[in-house]
Amino acid sequence: MVAAINTPSPAVAPLLQVKDLHAFYGESHILHGVEMTVGTGELVTLLGRNGAGKTTTLKSIMGIVGQRRGQVTFGGTETIAAPSHRIARMGLAFCPEERGIFASLSVEENLMLPPTVKAGGMSVDEIYALFPNLKERRRSQGTKLSGGEQQMLAIGRILRTGARFLLLDEPTEGLAPVIIEQIGNCIRQLKQRGFTILLVEQNFRFAATVSDRFYVMEHGRIVDTLAHAELDRRMADLQAYLGL
Amino acid sequence: MTVFGVPTQALFGQLLLGLINGSFYAMLSLGLAVIFGLLNVINFAHGAFYMVGAFVAWFLLQHLGISYWWSLILSPAIVGLLGIVIERTMLRHLYKLDHLYGLLLTFGLALIIEGLFRNEFGSSGQPYRIPDQLLGAQNLGFMFLPNYRGWVVAASLTVCLATWFMIEHTKLGAYLRAATENPSLVQAFGINVPRMITLTYGFGVALAAFAGVLAAPIYQVNPNMGSNLIIVVFAVVVIGGMGSIMGSIVTGFLLGVVEGLTKVFYPEASNTVIFVIMIVVLLLKPAGLFGKAQ
Repeated sequence: MVAAINTPSPAVAPLLQVKDLHAFYGESHILHGVEMTVGTGELVTLLGRNGAGKTTTLKSIMGIVGQRRGQVTFGGTETIAAPSHRIARMGLAFCPEERGIFASLSVEENLMLPPTVKAGGMSVDEIYALFPNLKERRRSQGTKLSGGEQQMLAIGRILRTGARFLLLDEPTEGLAPVIIEQIGNCIRQLKQRGFTILLVEQNFRFAATVSDRFYVMEHGRIVDTLAHAELDRRMADLQAYLGL
Repeated sequence: MTVFGVPTQALFGQLLLGLINGSFYAMLSLGLAVIFGLLNVINFAHGAFYMVGAFVAWFLLQHLGISYWWSLILSPAIVGLLGIVIERTMLRHLYKLDHLYGLLLTFGLALIIEGLFRNEFGSSGQPYRIPDQLLGAQNLGFMFLPNYRGWVVAASLTVCLATWFMIEHTKLGAYLRAATENPSLVQAFGINVPRMITLTYGFGVALAAFAGVLAAPIYQVNPNMGSNLIIVVFAVVVIGGMGSIMGSIVTGFLLGVVEGLTKVFYPEASNTVIFVIMIVVLLLKPAGLFGKAQ
């Protein structure tokens, strides 16, 4: 049933539409015309080897790369020329790979830092209910948390803002299996609450348990796309792409 | 009455002078620390803005009859605005380059601003009288405390601690601290970081102008007053640790007092003691007393 809802239908305009997206860091040309769409309520995962341009794609959507070109439409509005703080105000929120917990802020200050961009964000109590560890340690310095707790904080703080489109960059990287399970539960709950999620993940096993659809990136381009239902049939292709 | 063979009257006198100097060191190094933290710019024009602050107060009184008390607000506002214009039109273009370029630009600005004022007013100072409400002195029993000097120490402490509180304990301060660590992520959360940088520069510069107004009745209002002071202030910043808020306040007052005490016990070293301390600190703790090693 869920799958039927989440299958993108061409009749409805996607929430996020990326066309011919190029991104540059200084002299280096990282993205070479990325094309992708994400529908409302979908959980889409970007797969690909290291250096394929997955993180840069997320950062380009958020507007925090050196330079970007092409089209990135969110909710029908073109954002390619907008500064990142304006993009964030449209209801997108980014959880970076390095987690970006601020050392000079307490856990609570980290959690309260991102401003509310839309009504209807989760309350602090709801976030503490989702991640009880954070409540216990709310007075600690942000970076004194364990890796798993920092990841929970990095996800938790963007749930408060009312953003309904989350970009999560490798949320399971370097975490113990029991924590990965907790993050997975959280992501499934977010999906049930109707969040739209664009995920970058090296951990294919993990991604397979939560995603509706996958894009495969190579050398700064999208080279393939597959739905969750096609996973078994296309396993050999994926193994070739990812070197699993 | 004597302490270590020094009359207490002289000791407390120099201690007070040290506290006064320390008040200016603290306010100026605090502004430098706030600016450096967020902009990564070593603001060499800081002394010039301090001087302009004093001159604006002098001009307001001399030509418009505007009182000292209004100048305490107006002069920082005017000079802060000047800082905002400079950030928007010049500094902004240098953030992507090495720190050195910001330093060179602000150093050049300081030379130009000071040159213009020297050209207009010469090198002799303009007098600025102490406001009537602060004339006179208190007899503390062990010494006389001129009211104006007591006011300067109190005003500096208040402004420094208020700035510290704002940065360490408010939401706005949390934005500032976070943006100091990772500006692009803070911006990606929806905060207008470029505007915050502009306002921070304006605030730091306004702090220098505020110090300039406080200084006007004590030192003469003179185009060189900033460059005389700023070298010592940079030594204070190095000793305290670049970018540390409380560090710059504590070090500012502390070194003022140390300088004052040196005048009592070994006057020959009073002009160099801060630099000697700077060298020792750099050798033992290169990040400064309160700085974090990077």
